[in-house]
Amino acid sequence: MSFPWANQYNPKNPFMRWMDDRLPLPRLVYNAVGAGYPVPRNLNYFWNFGVLAGAALAIQIVTGIVLAMHYAANAGVAFQSVEHIMRNVNGGWFLRYAHANGASMFFIVVYLHIFRGLYYGSYKAPREMVWLLGLVIFLLMMATAFMGYVLPWGQMSFWGAKVITGLFGAIPLVGEPIQIWLLGGYAPDNAALNRFFSLHYLLPFVIAGVIVLHIWALHIPGSGNPTGIEVKGPQDTVPFHPYYTAKDGFGLGIFLLVFAILLFFAPNYLGHPDNYIEANPLSTPAHIVPEWYFWPFYAILRAFTVDFILPAKLWGVLAMFGSILLLFFLPWLDKSPVRSGNFRPKFKMFFWILVVDVLILGYCGGAPAEEPYVMISQVASAYYFAHFLIILPLISLSERPLPLPNSIIEAVLKGKSGSTLSTGTQTAVSAPAE
Amino acid sequence: MVRPIGILAGLGFVAVLLWSLVWGAVAFIQEPPQPTAEHEFHKHPRDAGLSSAGLLGKYDRQQLQRGFQVYKEVCAACHGLKYVAFRDLQDLGYSEAEVKAIADQWAIETPSVNPETGEAATRKNLPADNFPSPYPNEVAARAANNNALPPDLSLIAKARHDGSNYVYSLLTGYRDPSPELLREFPDSKPGQGLYHNPYFANLNIAMPPPIVSEGQVTYTDGTRPTVDQMSKDVAAFLTWTAEPKLEQRKSAGLASLVFILVFCFLAWGAYKNVWRGEPH
Ligand code: HEC
Ligand code: HEM
Repeated sequence: MSFPWANQYNPKNPFMRWMDDRLPLPRLVYNAVGAGYPVPRNLNYFWNFGVLAGAALAIQIVTGIVLAMHYAANAGVAFQSVEHIMRNVNGGWFLRYAHANGASMFFIVVYLHIFRGLYYGSYKAPREMVWLLGLVIFLLMMATAFMGYVLPWGQMSFWGAKVITGLFGAIPLVGEPIQIWLLGGYAPDNAALNRFFSLHYLLPFVIAGVIVLHIWALHIPGSGNPTGIEVKGPQDTVPFHPYYTAKDGFGLGIFLLVFAILLFFAPNYLGHPDNYIEANPLSTPAHIVPEWYFWPFYAILRAFTVDFILPAKLWGVLAMFGSILLLFFLPWLDKSPVRSGNFRPKFKMFFWILVVDVLILGYCGGAPAEEPYVMISQVASAYYFAHFLIILPLISLSERPLPLPNSIIEAVLKGKSGSTLSTGTQTAVSAPAE
Repeated sequence: MVRPIGILAGLGFVAVLLWSLVWGAVAFIQEPPQPTAEHEFHKHPRDAGLSSAGLLGKYDRQQLQRGFQVYKEVCAACHGLKYVAFRDLQDLGYSEAEVKAIADQWAIETPSVNPETGEAATRKNLPADNFPSPYPNEVAARAANNNALPPDLSLIAKARHDGSNYVYSLLTGYRDPSPELLREFPDSKPGQGLYHNPYFANLNIAMPPPIVSEGQVTYTDGTRPTVDQMSKDVAAFLTWTAEPKLEQRKSAGLASLVFILVFCFLAWGAYKNVWRGEPH
């Protein structure tokens, strides 16, 4: 499960030795995130985001549990109970703003984490399972955040829930019964709010469980690195602790800095004003939009405007779910044996087009469903599908990768390791611009 | 196997999207979207210059008290403040006794029950009570307002884009519709019981101009009660009702930033120190 040269856990303290014989939990930690886990020495800052996502989950769980002590999941009083938290509970405003903005921070770091994986080919063998489990976490996060946003029972909570659960109604025959079954009624109501609260409390712990599997699967081959070549010997690695604990500590500081600026100085910047109006089934908001982290998918959903064999709405739903599900097939769609985008000139170009494309989709998803945004979403959605399903499978046929270094240590010494901190900057192959 | 199926699925999605695009483009050319009155004549809020705005802005207690006075004497006739309690007014600098008096003398009483007969009744407000709603229910509110519903104002400054400035702009924004507007969109002439206001989403609001003349409220602190001043003051007050913890939030934020910056600095040092001499 690890490299033969990994440090061995060797407790000196008699209590730790006693413990190790009975419950070797410290040994597990030592081997997982301690000095017993050898890691490539050339990781750049893009490798910080996994740990940061873990930190974000911890923050959500802690703030969420305390919020749940004051929150009331009943459609008659939910909105009021959130205002009670904001006004009367000690530090309640802090908890709630931390939780709401913590969700945004969680998605920011997870998106960077995912795009890191896309650029460096982290999804390729032998790390396919790590990638697949990561996608499971992403789906669970989206479900959790969606249901969490319903809890304050504001206008966007209600109408967002109505629109998203309404998507199931597009499925032929079984759609409507499924929708009613999910909501416990014809429209979001007390029954829906209660089950959403129950699941919103449950899913983060399921996520924590899948994270354990994600890291377990990662530790079988060990971490990847910006060159994409595998570790060959002890000179290629450093122990996780203290090298990467120190680096992650600094990364955590920057994360907290951004988080604090949002939370304390712009706590409602990423939210929608309509969610400060209590849910009213009789008054539809002018523009129903989900939270920002769903915008790219919302744009894809709304890009299908014409019936073509299937109704447009069904196409939209299929495409929206398809846009995420296709990522599960990525390890088998992109067959280039070279992992890192640093050595794949064509791939690299298309990768950056994809980044811009997703940003455009995000912008259109947050904009009202009118022209020119719909037409732009159509072009951008078409590129999104073409990128993963057509371009990636085909470019590896014609692409000539740049020569790979022989080993990580050689790349490091030549300043070509792709670590953003490498001293030699006269590299032919540079790391992606940040 | 995955790749051929993937490519087929990809071509399918791309084809349907481009098909949608073609139809959208044709419709766009044949029937270009008509400009609407809201699109062309709606205005974004003007800056009220409130002291609470900005990174370190704080409330001006004098102004909040004046704003409260405007709310009490003008807006409270139609708008509730159901998430705010009388005792919260101590935050504005009123003493406990003053708050008690304000609650006691409030024009609208709080619903209660007659202790002898058990019948519905009302009683005077206590500091622990929230501001009572001016109407017993929505039907009554609409009946008294030409079928429009005056919203509760507790959260209004957060429930609209740029809410604090919006309240100020709305109150000072009443005017006759411009000739260009009437020429281009004759339908947007305000109907019965509606008033033109370019800051309101659909340009015609059912609220009669509430602040109309200088001196409508008599300030005790010597500030000249112009229409603009009263509108600013009540906007400041409603900012406070929506975000009473704004000052705690900002000062906690400042302390956190200092703490986190020190942490970053130390963590950076530790990181550099650990990696010194280790090629990477
Ligand atoms: C005569 C009753 C009345 C008075 C007095 C009154 N309002 Fe209103 N107000 C209304 C009504 C009715 C509406 C709903 C308008 C509509 O929906 O078209 C409204 C709506 C509003 C809105 C919401 C506009 C929107 O964007 O939906 C604000 C803000 C507002 N009033 C502020 C005030 C302030 C501040 C005062 C005191 C200075 C005040 N009102 C005094 C009746 C009143
Ligand atoms: C995966 C981690 C989590 C995510 C992404 C998440 C996301 C969210 C979001 C987006 C909201 C709406 C915030 C708002 O606008 O007010 C919310 C509300 C809420 N969440 Fe979570 N959450 C997570 C974990 C948890 C946990 C573990 C709990 C513990 C029970 C919890 C309890 C609550 C409660 C009580 C609310 C309603 C209060 C409020 O709206 O502020 N959450 N969550």
